[in-house]
This record gives sequence, structure tokens and C-alpha cells, in this order.
Amino acid sequence: MATTALGQATHGVAEYEEKGGLWSWITTVDHKRVAILYGISALTFFLLGGVEALLIRVQLAKPDNNLVSPEFYNQLFTMHGTTMIFLAVMPLSQVFFNYMITLMIGARDVAFPRLNAFGVWVFILGGLFLNASFLFGAAPNAGWFGYANLTSRQFSPGLNVDFWVAGLQILGVSSLAAAVNFFVTIINLRAPGMRLMRMPMFVWMSFITMVLLLLAFPVITVALIMLMFDRFVDTHFFVPAGGGDPILWQHLFWIFGHPEVYILILPAFGIVSEVLPVFSRKPLFGYAAMVFSGVFIAFLGFGVWSHHMFSTGMGPIADTFFSLATMLIAIPTGVKIFNWIGTVWGGSLQLKTPMLFALGFIAMFIMGGLSGVMHASPPADLQQTDTYFVVAHFHYVLFGGSIFGISAGVYYWWPKMFGKLLDERLGKVHFWLQLIGFNLTFFPMHLVGLHGMPRRVYTYPKGLGFEWLNQLETLGAFVLALGFAVFLYNVWKTWRSGAPAGADPWNGATLEWSIPSPPQEWNFAEIPTVHGRDPLWEAKRERGGPLPEPPRVSGRGIHMPAPSYWPLVTAFGVNLLFVGLLLSPKVGPWGLVVAIALLFFGLYNWWFEPSYTSIPGVRGKTGGH
Amino acid sequence: MPLAARAVRRLSRLAPILVLLLVLVATACSRDFPQTTLAPKGDLARIEDDIFFTTVKWATLVFVLVEGALIYAIFRFRGKPGDPEPEQIHGNTVVEITWTVIPALILAMIAVPTVKAIFKENETPKGGDVLTVEVIGHQWWWEFRYPGLNLTTANELHVPVGRTVSLKMGAYDVVHSFWLPQFAGKRDVFPNRETRLWFTAEEPGEYTGQCAEFCGIQHGRMAFRVIAQPPAAFDAWAGHMQTLGAPPAAATSADSIRTATAGGTVQQQGAKQGVAAPAVADSAKPAAPAEDPLVAQGQKLFLMKGCVGCHSLVAYNAPKGLLGPNLANVGARTYIAAGTLPNTDENLAHWIRVPQDVKHGVLMPNLGVTEDEAKALVAFLRTHK
Repeated sequence: MATTALGQATHGVAEYEEKGGLWSWITTVDHKRVAILYGISALTFFLLGGVEALLIRVQLAKPDNNLVSPEFYNQLFTMHGTTMIFLAVMPLSQVFFNYMITLMIGARDVAFPRLNAFGVWVFILGGLFLNASFLFGAAPNAGWFGYANLTSRQFSPGLNVDFWVAGLQILGVSSLAAAVNFFVTIINLRAPGMRLMRMPMFVWMSFITMVLLLLAFPVITVALIMLMFDRFVDTHFFVPAGGGDPILWQHLFWIFGHPEVYILILPAFGIVSEVLPVFSRKPLFGYAAMVFSGVFIAFLGFGVWSHHMFSTGMGPIADTFFSLATMLIAIPTGVKIFNWIGTVWGGSLQLKTPMLFALGFIAMFIMGGLSGVMHASPPADLQQTDTYFVVAHFHYVLFGGSIFGISAGVYYWWPKMFGKLLDERLGKVHFWLQLIGFNLTFFPMHLVGLHGMPRRVYTYPKGLGFEWLNQLETLGAFVLALGFAVFLYNVWKTWRSGAPAGADPWNGATLEWSIPSPPQEWNFAEIPTVHGRDPLWEAKRERGGPLPEPPRVSGRGIHMPAPSYWPLVTAFGVNLLFVGLLLSPKVGPWGLVVAIALLFFGLYNWWFEPSYTSIPGVRGKTGGH
Repeated sequence: MPLAARAVRRLSRLAPILVLLLVLVATACSRDFPQTTLAPKGDLARIEDDIFFTTVKWATLVFVLVEGALIYAIFRFRGKPGDPEPEQIHGNTVVEITWTVIPALILAMIAVPTVKAIFKENETPKGGDVLTVEVIGHQWWWEFRYPGLNLTTANELHVPVGRTVSLKMGAYDVVHSFWLPQFAGKRDVFPNRETRLWFTAEEPGEYTGQCAEFCGIQHGRMAFRVIAQPPAAFDAWAGHMQTLGAPPAAATSADSIRTATAGGTVQQQGAKQGVAAPAVADSAKPAAPAEDPLVAQGQKLFLMKGCVGCHSLVAYNAPKGLLGPNLANVGARTYIAAGTLPNTDENLAHWIRVPQDVKHGVLMPNLGVTEDEAKALVAFLRTHK
């Protein structure tokens, strides 16, 4: 049986005009618009993080350089790391969680639409808050890892670390809100027949990511609250003079920090697991193994944190345990890589841009994985940790992995999100520039690290042999920047004159390709019923050819969540809470009082606001159910 | 097969890149890269290097096979628009089990030597011939003490070749990491716990290392040097250093590392805390009598400008817990400001006058020293070697 909603409009065919204008975006609770809000803000932050990276690269292009001051350099690398992790890669994954999960499981919206809107507003405000620190010349400067006791008041008296502690907590609220939402959405809102073992691999990897978020973020939140107490009310959790222990921070941070790595990479695993089958015209190889290897990676991810701490001298037993657990992760990761190659093997490959990025992802991620096994061995790690070798390793994982995967997702799902295909030729130029620039930037870092260049140094002396390798890296960084410029031009060009995409430009296998591009507010005019893992391919096979273009329908009678601005008000409250905290040494508790009042005002109105209405009724004014 | 031929032709275009990579790796010689980890000159670094190359060997094999399979598949299975749908394969249990087991076996080949090396590396060297050195990381310089010889120095560690050196390490303020690539790898140092590292230098020479854990604004300028000497030369150096001391009666220090975070004491062998005050008076009495008027002026300035508050000029029985590096043999050191500048008269004078320009954020303030005064101070410090 085919799925029932494959474009068969049962309601009227009268065009329903979606509301436009700024206000409709401010009050939106539509997961697709939330996704676009995530996309615009995350792309902006990503470019900002990229500019920071370029400044770092220019500073390091020659020895004893003084282009930027040491203080500003420390702000740059701290903000580059913090931005790329919390303000770029995570929210870029959120774009796809938000836009695609519901479409792929056949749902009309997420489980908690207003919580979703709240999440994106908290994220945007939190990102702005963190970057506002630059305006005060007090951007965070203690590294994205914020090792105690350098972060104590004694050694970091300024606002810098305060901005960091507060900003990360704000962003944590957003991440947790999203995690709860998508966890429930995936559990509860799957279309009939969409059993767990029929879910698209992207949904599976997203689901595992949500579990990781739910378990890992509370740990960093606790650690940040302890640090906040140390800084604001003179507790001594991490202050040795008061009996505290800096190494406690390292443990707490990495119990969060290592699962965080998988939070950053699993969504990319999911994306390429969607792209590879479609462009190989062949189902994903070893579906069950893919699911369970993902689960296994996530599980082991909580048992390897101390491999970030081999140089602290934990002793042979702990070193052995964390070393072997880390090596164990290579097995499920290897299974994934082999299954991707198995998917491609014997297929009929169409080397369109999304496929190029997905293949590039595999090639680069293998290298990141192999260098990871190298410093899973503590004796080797005692040389490699805190050097550029490690910088090379995690950029192969997070850029060669996450960013290549996300790039594949952008080119793959762009036509679904905006109804137009990104230009293929420019896409290929983007891909090659990114692949070459990436390797030029990060491969030499392996060598310069092995040859003795430590991380996080604002300069290096002449005579250590670091010069030309660093120059090569800087050159590569500009090639990468050129690649992104091509991408932005492609977006602009597509915006103005892109080819219309239609509902299913790639011969897709999953439900999102069964509805119009871009989808209407309610996604599915009728909730589909699912009978297999690749529902759309099965429908097409049954029909013996492509499906007819699904019409846009009026949506009459479909109940959708009403727009609301209370999530935004509440998000302001959350943000102000931390602004009030930073101001507290100056104005006392009053900032906090105002923030709490606003927070509860927002929450109160949120709770008592009717949440549903039907389209195109009087939206948001009359109650639904 | 035309497809395969095309694949081979395309792969052959990658050859120059492979050659370039080989050239890059081949440049791994210690002359061009004095701080390299790939040319170990000590036993601990050799253990680390062996493990590293074990992993490199296996990683290269996996890399060639897997990337090769991927690239082959891309060329071999490239489809054309009109091609029929390929066979729909969902998996293959035998293949999947195989590629789960083989990586596990490869990892075992890495894990076994790893575990052996972990235990070897964590041994504490024993025996009467071991030279114990205490290492204390400060923002942003290194203090070295030889408890057996009762010597203190800074930023330049002298060690005898062929004798195991056992490092007992701590930090004065924040977490640092002692990294000596050619001898030992790295180990973090903490303000509230002792960590250990050991090494045996194999060849005489001058080796570089630096702090590897981010420790604040001048983390990038926290280097040190290790001078490995034949045993006789080391003994001569130590004997000379022991003459740079205060009269034994004035020695008041205790063997403890005082931390800036007040009160935390890492090692306490003596009963008393190190007291700076009496030692200050001693350090104003240098061993060499000042005959040169410039030197005499420098000696006076050293007291008047407050240098003496943070720097000791005695190496033997030196006071503990001072904020600044010990200067007893500063005149003989190769670099100043923790590897920032070569130790020339001009550099030293510049550094004394405007340390905040040279190494912004360093604890030494600009003290308003004039150029002439700086010359006198340099002349005075040059007598300490």
C-alpha cells in the first residue's frame, strides 16, 4: 500500500495565503519558520566564528607577530570555539531537527510548538548576549573549556568569564528545551505505521542526540552554576585555597564535553545516511547496525571523558580504562563508515552537490577517526594533547565531519525548504574549494603539532620550524573563506533566479518529498500511513513511476497551534536574568528582580493562553481546544 | 574495463599530492624542528614515539584500504541518468560481522602495547642515582629546584646525561603543563596536587619545552630550556651554582611550594613556610664585590627599584615563594622572560625598562627605570652567572 497522503488533496484547492511580515515571524510557532530563524542566526554566528578564525590564522602566519594583542587573541580563540560549537554547529543541526523531523515522521508540528519558539529566541538572545561582550572589550578569554582555576575571580577578575558562564547557561536552556521537545515529538507524533525501526536514519540519529543533550547538558549546567557561585558569592568549588579542586572542573566539563562531541557529529551522521542512499539509488546498507552503532557510540560517549585528561596524571588504572573505552568507540564508528561505503557500493551514483559533500564527509571523517585512535593511546597522547595535532584531529571530525555533513544537508534539503534548487555548478565549485581549503588548512596542523607547536599560543618564536606550515594553513583558511563566499553567492543567486524544485527533485525516499516545496504550514494535508523504511520509494515503485506533483491545498479544518509572542517575552526574561547577574555587583539584586518578574509574567501568560486554533479561523484570539 | 582504467588514470593524478605528503613527513628531522616529538632523545619520549608509530602503522593501513575502497566505489559505481535502478541490497550479515571483528583485532594490536606502555610510563624511578628536581609552574615562567643539591633556578634546567631525572611538579597559581617533547612528553601541574614525570637524557645539548596548558594572557610565552650536560660538566655547574649562595646561617627557607592561592602547600618537608623577608636582605649581598661603579649603581638600583621584592640573587639555599624568577645565574642564561628574548644586553635592558611592552600582562610592572639605570642594572645582573 502506498502512503495515503502522497499529495492527494482531499480538501478544497483554493490557495491559502500564509501570513507574512515581521510580526508573523516574531509570533511564529511553526517549526519550519523556527528552523529558518535558527538557520539565519546560526549562519550569521558561523560567519562571525569564521572571521575570528581568519584573524587567528593571520596572526599565526608569521612568528613573533603582533597583529593582535595577546589579550585579544585569547578572546578570539575562546569565542571561535564557543561560537562554532554552541552558536553554529549545534543550531545548524537544529535547523534540520526543526524542519525535517516532523516532515520525516509524518507529523504536522512538533509536540510543544511554543517551547520550540521559546528555544530559538533564547538561543538568538543568548548568542547576541555572548557576542555583546566584544562591545565591552570583555569577550570570554579563558578558552571554550574554561579550565579552573584560571576562571576564578583571582585570576580572571574581569567580565570576560562572567559573560561566558552566563552565556553558556542561557544557551543550555535553549538546548534542553529543544531536546525535550524533539524527544517527545519523535516518541509520540510518528505517523501510523512509522515504527521505531522504520524511522529514517536522520530521525534516529536526532533521537540519540536528544538523549545525549538531555543527559549531558545538566552536567555542564551544574558545573557552570558552581563556577558562577565561585565567582559571585565566593564559594570554593574549584578554588584550591578554599579546599576546592580545579580538576573537579575538568571531570565535570568533559563528562559533558565528550558527549557534546557526539551531539555535534550524530546529526551529520544522520544527514549523510539520508543523502547517500538517495544519490546511490539504493537503500541504506545495514539499517539495524546503523541504529545500534549510533546507540552504542552514545552510550560509550559517557564513559570516555577522561581521555581529555591523560596528561593530568590519573595513574595507570584510570589511563587504561579510559584508553580502552575510547578505542572501543572506533568499532561502532567503523561500522558506520563501512555501512556508508556499503550503501554506495553497487549503486548508481549521481554526483550532485549534496552527494559530493556526503562523500567528502566520509573521506574526511575517516581521517579524523584515525587520528582519534592515535591519541586514545595515553603514551602517544602525552605528546599530542594540547598541541596542533589535536586541533587538526577535531577539525577533521567537526569540520570534515559535521560541517561537511551539514553542507550536504543544506544542498539536499534547500529545495524542500525554499522551493528552489541551489545552483549545481556553483555548488560544485563550493565543494571543491571547501575540500581543498579544508585540507590545506588542517592537514599541516597534524605536522606542526607533532613538531612541537602547542595550542592556544598567540604567537611562536622563530627557529622552531613552524613558519611555513603555518603559512600554508593560513592560505588554506582563505581558500575556505572563498568557498563560503561562493556558497553565499549561490544562495543570493538562487533567491533571485533559482530553478523551481518541485516536491521531489532528487527522487527521495522519505516522506518530506511527498509534500509541496516549500511545505504548507500544516505539512501534511492528510497524515500518511507508513508501510516500510523508504515509504516514498515504495509508493513510486507501486505506481511504476514518479508521483504526481502534490497540489497546495486550503488547509480548511486543520487545527494548528496559534501564534504567540509569550515565548519571546519569556526568553527575554531568561536572558535578563543573566544580565541582572552580571550587573549585580553594580546595582544589587534589582536587575534580577526585574528579570524574574518578566520571566514569570511571560510564563503566566503563556500558560493561560489558548494554544490551538484552526486555519484560517481567527487566529490566536479565540480558543481552540 | 574502461571504468577501472578511468579510475586508475584519475587516481594517478593524485600522485603528486601523495608525493608532497611524503615530502612533508620526510622533513621530520630534528634539525629543522628543534621542538619536535618525532626525534626522541630520552627514554620516556621513546616509549611515546614507539606507541605513536604503532598507531601510525595501523592507521595508514586502514586509511589506504578504506579511502581506497571509497574512491574506487565512487569511480566504479558512477551512474548515468538513464541507468536502471541498481540491485536493492539492504545488508549482508557476514560482511557486517567481518567488518566489526577486523577493526576490533586491529585495536587489540594497538591496545596491548598501549597498556604495557601506560604502566611503564607511570613507574616512579627508584635508586640512588636518580636526580630529583622540583618543577613549579608560575604565570608565566618555570621554577626549578634541586632539593638534593639545595639549588634553585628558573627557566633553564640543567640535567646530566645518562642519569634518570625524576620531576616532582606543582603550580604556584593556576594549572600549567610541563612539556618537554624530546625527552618526556607532557604532564599537567596543579596548585593543589603533585604530579610526576621522569626522563633520562641521552645526548648533551640544548632542548626546548614550553607550557602546554592554557594559563592566561602570556601562555604563549612560557617556554623553558633544558641543558643536558655530560655528568662531569653538570657536577661542575652544580658546584658553581652552590657558590652563588647566602651564608648558611641566613638560610631560613623550608622545602615547600607556597601557592598564590594562599595556604595550599604542595610538599612540606620542612616545618616552616618559606619566608621571603630575611632572604631579601641576603640577596642584596651578592657574592661578587662591586668594583665597577656601574655595577655598584646597578646593585643599588636593584634594591631601590624594588626588584629585590620578587627576585632572589642566590641559587644555594634560595628563598621560596617569591613572585619572580630566581636571578642568581641570570647572566649566564641563553634567554630571558621565559624564552621570549635572547639574553643580550639590549634585550635585557629593554625588558627591565618596559616589561609590559615585551610581554603584556606579566606580573612585573613597568617600574620607571631610565635607560641609564637599565644599563647599570644589566651590568649588575651580568655579574650573576
